[in-house]
Amino acid sequence: MSAASLSDPDDLGRRLLARLRPGRRDWMTAGLTLALIGVAGGVSALLLTLTGASPSASLAAIWTGSLANTTGWTTTLLNTAPLLLVAVGACVCASAGTFNIGQEGQVLIGGLAGAWVGLRLAMPGPMLVAVVLVAAAVGGAAWAALSALMLRFRGVNVPVSTLLMTFLAIQLVTFAVSTPWVLQESVQGAGDIADAQSNALPAHAQLAGFGHYPSLQLNTGLFLALVATVAVALLLSRSRWGFKVRMVGLNPRTAQHAGVRVAALGGLTLALSGAFAGLAGGLLLTSPVSTNRLQAGLSDNVGWDGLLVALVARNRPMAAIPVSFVFAVLRAGGDFLSATGVPSYLVDIVKALLVLAFVAPPVLVDLFHGRRGATPRAAPAVSVVPAKTEAAA
Amino acid sequence: MSVLDSTSTILASGVRLTVPLAFAACGEYLAERAGAMNISVEAMMLSAAFTSVATASATGSATVGLMAGVLTGLVVGFVHGNLSHRAQINTFVVGLVLNALVLGLTSYLITTEQFASHQVGVLSIPLLEDIPLIGKPLFSERWPAYLLILLVPLTWWLVERSRWGLELRAVGENPQAADVTGIKVNARRRQALLWCGALAGLGGAYLAVGEVGSFNQNMTAGRGYLVIAAVIFGAWRLGRTMLGCLVFGLSDAMRLALPALGVTLNAQLLVAAPYLLALLAMLLFTTQHREPAALGRPFERGST
Repeated sequence: MSAASLSDPDDLGRRLLARLRPGRRDWMTAGLTLALIGVAGGVSALLLTLTGASPSASLAAIWTGSLANTTGWTTTLLNTAPLLLVAVGACVCASAGTFNIGQEGQVLIGGLAGAWVGLRLAMPGPMLVAVVLVAAAVGGAAWAALSALMLRFRGVNVPVSTLLMTFLAIQLVTFAVSTPWVLQESVQGAGDIADAQSNALPAHAQLAGFGHYPSLQLNTGLFLALVATVAVALLLSRSRWGFKVRMVGLNPRTAQHAGVRVAALGGLTLALSGAFAGLAGGLLLTSPVSTNRLQAGLSDNVGWDGLLVALVARNRPMAAIPVSFVFAVLRAGGDFLSATGVPSYLVDIVKALLVLAFVAPPVLVDLFHGRRGATPRAAPAVSVVPAKTEAAA
Repeated sequence: MSVLDSTSTILASGVRLTVPLAFAACGEYLAERAGAMNISVEAMMLSAAFTSVATASATGSATVGLMAGVLTGLVVGFVHGNLSHRAQINTFVVGLVLNALVLGLTSYLITTEQFASHQVGVLSIPLLEDIPLIGKPLFSERWPAYLLILLVPLTWWLVERSRWGLELRAVGENPQAADVTGIKVNARRRQALLWCGALAGLGGAYLAVGEVGSFNQNMTAGRGYLVIAAVIFGAWRLGRTMLGCLVFGLSDAMRLALPALGVTLNAQLLVAAPYLLALLAMLLFTTQHREPAALGRPFERGST
């Protein structure tokens, strides 16, 4: 898109200056986003009214389930951490122009790796938690790295391979928890039937929580996720490595010319995003309120939702913090909503409409105002790099 | 039950599981040949399944329901086409959002509304249905299934023999060159998505008012992704794509039937097989340049 501009220093400087102050385009984007959020709210309210439910009561139920009391806050904050981790991972590889959509599978594989280590290794107290979380991150990274390898050596499309790998991950975890010699729970009595789940992790493999019911409980996972987010945001915006990553994302050819190892960096960011998703799976596994067992339903759409969070945050890690909180509110509120008789699927509709409201405005503004690429160009872009890097991009 | 009978039963169930996949795969095949990689085929099938049941319930006619399903698929294809090939939003993002939206919407509506059950009729072909083993599976089906006999060759003719199809393939292989010769690249892709939507809609509607007669939550259960796997497995050739659908349908039928026959086989492996096969196919085919060169890449005039 900004192919010509990066190689032309004058144009680049002009553009950077223009970027610093919000222009007409930014105001239009913001206005359009707000309008579309309004439309999303209106559509949801209309749907509720048409099906005989009350929009205000539903909104109140979401509020009650998520933010009205300390129990709600505890659940919401507990939901925020894994969503934020998945989203931050998605931001990293999106910055490098790689689109990973297999987080749901990477979360599950993270859980699988964490459960495997947690159940097989005998280790004292807090060390075990750390080892489980590291194993989970490594598991998720390895699963995503497979897609990176397929891209590097066979040129397989990343979104497609990560998507297909998700379905493999679901079956792999189902297999693991329903096969006695892998991870299925052991039964006590002779007549008991083993469920499709693993044994519970030892009690000391639980993440510490601060504060106890009924007061507010803060969990270590949230701090972990926040620290990771700030670290990634700083790395991407301030470090030399982050500059390379963004360069690869904006224009792989220019990056190649500047001496960046495009394929390696793209693969690394893909593995990193898998690591974050895997870590989210580890958090779900070791969370103080979960059953601490591996089940096929462990991920519970956290991977998909985290990806949507990154889309709403327009791939900016710091923006993912409030967005993941909003999504966590919707998740927590949705559970409470179903208790009032309105199907919790409502919040899924709201989530999808929210994503549209945030994804559409920038491109729509571009469409109405002529594309960024339509500004004068130095010369028609000529392909200077052999086709091989094209495939890697 | 004799071995012959049980084989025939498994075959019949395999064919029934194949038909919705085959309809949708025809559409997805055409869209991918135009370079439009749409994962919203799941949304097309699921929304069509829902509206077909809702319309059949309202009008009392399963056939009208079927047509409503086709129309719904068309609408989803229209929306996807305009978002990703006019507004240029990333096609995977559009697909994910549409899938999530349709899943949420249909799940919500099926829990709040009640629908009467309607099903299209079975059409048995005299004489042919008496052939042992394959007679019942192939020649005693719900009538829309026979539309495949018409639609598969039609899709093939459209892509391989018509002028429109030639332009589609040009758009899928080299959009820049196609653009220079005066073909409207994004318009062709949007048209391809309409065909894809209509056929995926037919597949979804067939599943609902054809096979099952009702709608349940997340009825397609990832069949849309299976269709994508079939097109990849078929190396972007229509015949092999249809073969892929048949393989996936039969393996699904095996998974359902084997426990009853007392055979223990790994169920997870059978569920995972299509995706595994598709991944292996991709590993093999990409270096042979089987996939449309511009698959999944947005086209914008002036960019490379």
